[in-house]
Order: sequence, then structure tokens, then C-alpha cells
Amino acid sequence: MFLKKLILTFLLLNFFTNDSFSAEKQEKLLTLNWSFNGFFGKFERASLQRGYQVYTEVCASCHSMNLLSYRNLSEVGGPSFSEEEVKAIASKVEVLDGPNDNGEMFKRPGKPSDKFVSPFANEKAARAANGGAYPPDMSVLVKARAGGADYIYSVLMGYDDKPPKNVKLEDGVYYNKYMAGNKIKMAKPLNKDSVNYSDGTVATQEQLAKDVTTFLTWASEPHLEARKRLGFKTVIYLLILTVLVYLVKKKIWSRVEPKV
Amino acid sequence: MLENNNNSEKKNRRDFLTVATTAVGAVGVGAAVWPIVNQMSPDASVKALASIEVDLSKIKEGQEITVLWRGKPVFVKRRTKEEILNAEKVDLKELKDPQPDNKRVKKSEWLVLVGVCTHLGCVPISGKGEYAGGWFCPCHGSHYDSSGRIRKGPAPANLEVPNYEFVGDNKIKLG
Amino acid sequence: MSDKNLENTSAEYKPVHTNKVGGSPFKGVVGWIDNRLPIFRMFKYEYLDFQVPKNLSYLWSLGGILMICLIFLIVTGLVLGMHYKPSSSEAFESVEKIMRDVNFGWLIRYMHMNFASFFFIAVYIHIFRGLYYGSYKEPRQLMWLIGIVIFFLMMATAFLGYTLPWGQMSYWGATVITNLFSAVPFVGESIVTWLWGDYAVGDATLNRFYVLHWLIAFGILGIVIFHVIALHIVGSNNPSGIEPKDTRDTVSFAPFTTSKDLFAMLIFLFAFVIITMYAPNYLGHPDNYIPADPLVTPAHIVPEWYFLPFYAILRSIPDKLMGVIAMVSSIAILGLLPWLDLSKIRSSVFRPIWKQFVFLFVLDFFILMYVGGMPAEGIYLLIGRVGTAYWFLFFLIIAPLVSLIEKPLPMPNSIHEFEQWKKQGKIKTFKLF
Repeated sequence: MFLKKLILTFLLLNFFTNDSFSAEKQEKLLTLNWSFNGFFGKFERASLQRGYQVYTEVCASCHSMNLLSYRNLSEVGGPSFSEEEVKAIASKVEVLDGPNDNGEMFKRPGKPSDKFVSPFANEKAARAANGGAYPPDMSVLVKARAGGADYIYSVLMGYDDKPPKNVKLEDGVYYNKYMAGNKIKMAKPLNKDSVNYSDGTVATQEQLAKDVTTFLTWASEPHLEARKRLGFKTVIYLLILTVLVYLVKKKIWSRVEPKV
Repeated sequence: MLENNNNSEKKNRRDFLTVATTAVGAVGVGAAVWPIVNQMSPDASVKALASIEVDLSKIKEGQEITVLWRGKPVFVKRRTKEEILNAEKVDLKELKDPQPDNKRVKKSEWLVLVGVCTHLGCVPISGKGEYAGGWFCPCHGSHYDSSGRIRKGPAPANLEVPNYEFVGDNKIKLG
Repeated sequence: MSDKNLENTSAEYKPVHTNKVGGSPFKGVVGWIDNRLPIFRMFKYEYLDFQVPKNLSYLWSLGGILMICLIFLIVTGLVLGMHYKPSSSEAFESVEKIMRDVNFGWLIRYMHMNFASFFFIAVYIHIFRGLYYGSYKEPRQLMWLIGIVIFFLMMATAFLGYTLPWGQMSYWGATVITNLFSAVPFVGESIVTWLWGDYAVGDATLNRFYVLHWLIAFGILGIVIFHVIALHIVGSNNPSGIEPKDTRDTVSFAPFTTSKDLFAMLIFLFAFVIITMYAPNYLGHPDNYIPADPLVTPAHIVPEWYFLPFYAILRSIPDKLMGVIAMVSSIAILGLLPWLDLSKIRSSVFRPIWKQFVFLFVLDFFILMYVGGMPAEGIYLLIGRVGTAYWFLFFLIIAPLVSLIEKPLPMPNSIHEFEQWKKQGKIKTFKLF
């Protein structure tokens, strides 16, 4: 029936237009075949570790990651650094602690239980140092952007030295194909060999962007692997139980007199 | 006869189906309850703080500091010669919870105790009580000696010695 | 002296029985308890022996599914409440702590989030089923009204709950929705300030919203119990809309309905698990992972998907007060339906014209949902207005008019005859797929 088809159409339309709200024309995002996509998705350990290197050497000079602790780096499902490596990583940063017995704040080497140290003391300091723009905290950045990992990757890859002629750029503003309004206050962060990978991987811009996006995806969803694993188990379990319950139900209903 | 057999077989199989379904369902309910129960255990951030380091260099002889460890006070005391002597010479037969002093310390100068009375969980006061260099619990009047052993009062056991180790001469790691 | 008087005149008084112990159908310990506290016999009469029409379709399983949703929501909510901190400086971080550090915290929060959505999916199907099969008609009007109260409370508690993570959408959603009250003439502004406990949505607002989220959640549970008690008095409607007459028409609730409902629940849970475990944030909005910022409004504010149809109605009216009135009455008007639809026939199966309008109404719902998610301009605004107009026309004009002029199809006399007719192809019943 026509009406029913229309209802179905609109039901599905609603279902699939979930976040295509924005009225402005958006450039279609670059999509990668991420290892963490899909039903059995997992993070690539080496990529996570490289991504952490990119974060510390490039992003961390402006972007904080307040919700993460150094201990997270050794947790299951993450970059899987060893505990010794994490201790070494943490001990390299200076953490403000205190007050001590004299009532003074003091600096001490970091411990695995410390939160990632922020590059700026507070948001105002961050704005002052960045021409009024606040480099957002990156802890949940991937989940906080429509398009997720693809979006972050696209922005990192979307810089163009020669913007289209109709775009006027003020000082300290850069052209980016994938940013809303095509303007971004962050200078192109990743270039070939921005980072010297310790594992010898060639640091192309694509590789850097891919690694750091993988790292950020893990950071915003540290239990992704556990979730997908548990999801799979639950689905299998439910299938079995549903079949069993269906058979029981059929058996019970066979007792009802056949429709008179 | 034959028909009857068939019937009973069929019945058994059906019963088996119900039992199997119930069992599978019960397993699922159990599995679903576990996260609800487990979420109350200490979380990852609490566990990460489960061990701390204490600097001993500023504690003078006869002094005691209290640090917070796993939400409880821990007494770290640098005992005087006399207090050590007193603690070591006690006849174990006198004790309610017999334990020689050398089993309770790693270096006899340093006594590390969980500052929670073994009676009902109050924090004993240092330097009070009938035993010199010991502790006294104000809640129900338990007296501990200079080794933290129960000597008098309702508490059943000595003050607990936490897991710790010396890392360097002037530092201990609790937990 | 007075004793004597009492004895003499006792015949004039009606005897009283304050002691009603007894009457249990059970023996032993169960009987002993049941004689004093009749919970076991209640359970037996209302759930084991309770007769329901045997021709109920899976659309009748939604009630049980909703109950499960509610229980799961309360359990997961209770657990989240053990870790959540309702203060503007700590809320966002405490939610993230749940997601990161608390054992299984991520699972519990994702379940709570998505059960809220699935609660609404189920309730919408439940309402449309009632609409199509005339479950609001005599004698079930009161049940229908209680249901509408539950729906209002659900919307309130869902809105309050959505503010708790204190993300950008939480904050601005709370701002926009509370500002609806400013449409009240004269005292609107004061009401809003009173609701906030501040001059903008702030710490005090979050704290009270947290308390109210709990309060209303348990309020729903209480009123759901009324809904169920009423159901056990008036009995279930069924696809034929004909009341059961004898045992050929019914089955007992257990094990027939229970096994069927259980199967439906598992199918429902299956869909739930797929979303929760593989796309947990799909039904949410990414902006809610940005901490609330009173200085910056997100570029596009959209309510949660289940509010979209009503949001579209709100936006389609160009006047502030009228918009709010339209939105509220678009739901409240459901309560008038039992008295606007004058037809004595319940099931749309026998109402060829009404049936078309009901389908059109469901379509209208989805169109409004779509429009509600789009910017309020141009073609979307126009579609929204047409949709809104139909929404109200459906109740106020179409329902009474159709019930007066429509000629119903011939009806069977009983449910078992209905089933017979169905088999013979004399009746076409509703199948979506």
C-alpha cells in the first residue's frame, strides 16, 4: 500500500539523516578504512604508539588532554606501553603538586597516576597564547565532532596553501577544506617528517595524520575494543537464547486449539 | 506401546528444551548482574593511587608523621633508642597478640603502622596511654605500646603494619 | 452499666470485620503469608490465570517491553548515580570518569543512554498501536489518559536526564526548553528564574534537575503501576477490537503471553545491543561531548530525536506563546480522542476510511520528525506547517467527522470467528512488512 511505503520511506529517511543537519554545503570527508571500524575493530598498537609520539611532539604544545592519565597508556586496549615505559614517560614531565608542609606549591616529576600535563595553566592563558582561539582539549575530541575519526583526519589533511580566490584570509587564519566555514586558526600542524618515528616508519603527512587520529580515537573511547568484544559475545548469546525461546514459545502455543 | 514410547520421548525432549532455555537465560541474567555489582569496586583511578612514596628525611628522632594512604592514616614514627629497647624487651607471654618487635619493623628505627584501631576503626592518639611512646584509642580505651602492639583495652589485635618497602635510605613506598 | 447497654443494643449495629485474614488458595508457608498479605494470590490471579485474547499480535508485546526498559533504566540510573556528581564544575568530568575508570562504567552509561532512546521507540509503537486498534475507546479511556500522563513524564525526565552530562547540548537544550516557560504572560520571566535558581542555567539548575530526574523517574514507575492495574480491570484490547466472549477467544497470560512477550523482548534487545555496542553515540549528538560553555551556543541546536516532531510543531508557529501552546496541546489533544472519535468500532480493520487517516497520521509524525531535524526555513518550514495543521485536523475534525459518515465493514461476532474470517481471507489485517 502506498501510505505504508511512504511511512517506511520517512522512517528510514529519519534514520539515515541523523547528523546531516547542517545546511551549509560540506565537503565530503576523506574516509579511511580504519582498523578500529567494524564489528571486530581493534586499534593498531604500533599506530597508537606512534600517534602518541605525534601528540606529544606536535599537538601537546597547544592542546591539552585533561581527561587522560599516563597510566592509561599501559592499560589494556590502548597503546600498550609497558609499565616501565609509562613510568619513564611520566617522570619526564613536571607536575605541580602541593601544598607542601611549608604551604608552598612545588614541582615534582610525574607519576603514572598523574593526569596529562596541560600546556597552559588555564583557558584564558591558552587563548592569550593563540590569538584568541582556544585549542580544544583533545580527550574526547573524536566523539565531539560529527564524522569522528574521518573528520579529524580530513582536517589534518585539508590544508591548502593556495585557497580559492573568493576566500579572504585574515592574519593568523588558514584555509582548510573540511573545517566549517573553511577557516581555521591552527596553522598546518603536520608536515612530512614533523616527527622522527622511533620505529623507523616513514613519516609522511598521511601517516602522521593517520597515527595521531588513531591515538585520539582511542583517547576518546578507551574501551572501544572491550565494547566490541563484549558486543559480539552478547549478540551470539542473544541469538542462541532467542532461538530457544522461540522454540519454547512455539511448543507452548501448539497447545492452543488450531484456529477453530 | 510404540506410540507411548514415542510420546514420552517427545515429552522428554520438550522438557529438555524448557530446562535448557531457562538455564541459558539464567546465565545471561547472571552475566548482566556482574557489571552492576562490579562497578562498586574501586575504580581504575583509585587503584592507580594504591601505592605512594613517603619521604623520611625530615622526621627527627622521636617524631612521628601521619600520611594518608588508601583513605586511611598511616603513622610513620622514628623511634628513640629507649622506645626501641622497651619494645624489644617485652616478654611475649604478656601480650594479647604476641609478636616480637623485629617482626613488625624493617629497620628498628622506623615503625610504620596503619593508624586504625583494630577494635572499631577509630584513629589512636600518639603519645597517650599507659605505655611510653605508644598510642591510645580515645573511643574505647585501647592502649598500644611503642611497637603498636595491643596491651590493654578491648582491641583484639596489634595495629596493622602495612605492606611497604624501603626505596633508598630515606624513602619508603607504601603498598 | 455501659457494658450492659452495649450488649442490649448490639443488634442495632452493623457487624464490622477489620480482620480479613484468610481466603488464600495456597497452602503451607505461602498460604500463611498469603492469608495475611495477599500478594501471592494477586500474582496468581493477575499473571497466571489472567485471561487475555488469544489473537494478540506482537504489537501487544510493547507493554512488557516498556516495563523492561523502565526497569533497566532505573537500575542503570541507580548505578550511574553512585558515580555522578551534579555540579557544574564536576558533572562533565564525572561522566567521563564513569566512561573511563569505573568498572564497566562505559557499558552502564551507554546502556542508560540508549535505553532512553529505545524506551521512546517502544512507546511510539505502543501509542500508534492503540490509535490503530482503538484501544482508547470505552472502557479503556482512563488507561489511555494515564498513558498520556506517563508520556508527558517520560519527556520531562528524558529532558532532565539529557542535561546531566553537562555538555554543550545539555546546557543549551536546558536553556531553550526552560525558556519555553518565559512565554507565559506576565510571570514568565519570574518562573524561568525560579526554575533556574540563578539568572541563567547554572550550578543550582543542574543540581535540582538531577533530583527531579530521579523523582520523575520513580513517578513514572508509580503511574505505570496504575496503568497496569487499570489494564487488569478493563482487559486487553485485541486486533479485532471485539471483547472476548468465552474460552475459545482467550488464553491464560502465563505461559502463552509470557513466552510470546519474552520472544519479542529478545528481538527488541537484539536491536538494542547492536546500537549500544556498535554505534552507542549514533542516536546522540557529538556536541554533547564538548563541555558546557555559557558563552558559545552550538551552531545547530537539535533536541534528541524523540522530541523532533514536537519541536517541529513548536517552530512552525511564528508566535512564541502560541508555539508553546501548540507543542503542549499536540500531545494533550491525544487525551480528547476517546470523546472525539465517536465510532463504536474499535479496530481500524473494519474502518476503511479512518484507517487511511491513521496511516497518514503516522506518516505525518515521521515527516514532522524529519522537519524538526532540519533548519526552520524555506521548504522545511512550509512542510512543518502543513504537518502541524494535519496533526490538529486529525483530532479535531477528521476523527469526529469520519466516525459519523464512515460505513464500517461487516464484523464477525467473536474473536474466534474473526480468526476464521482471517483464514478465509475475508479480513485483511495490518502487516507493515
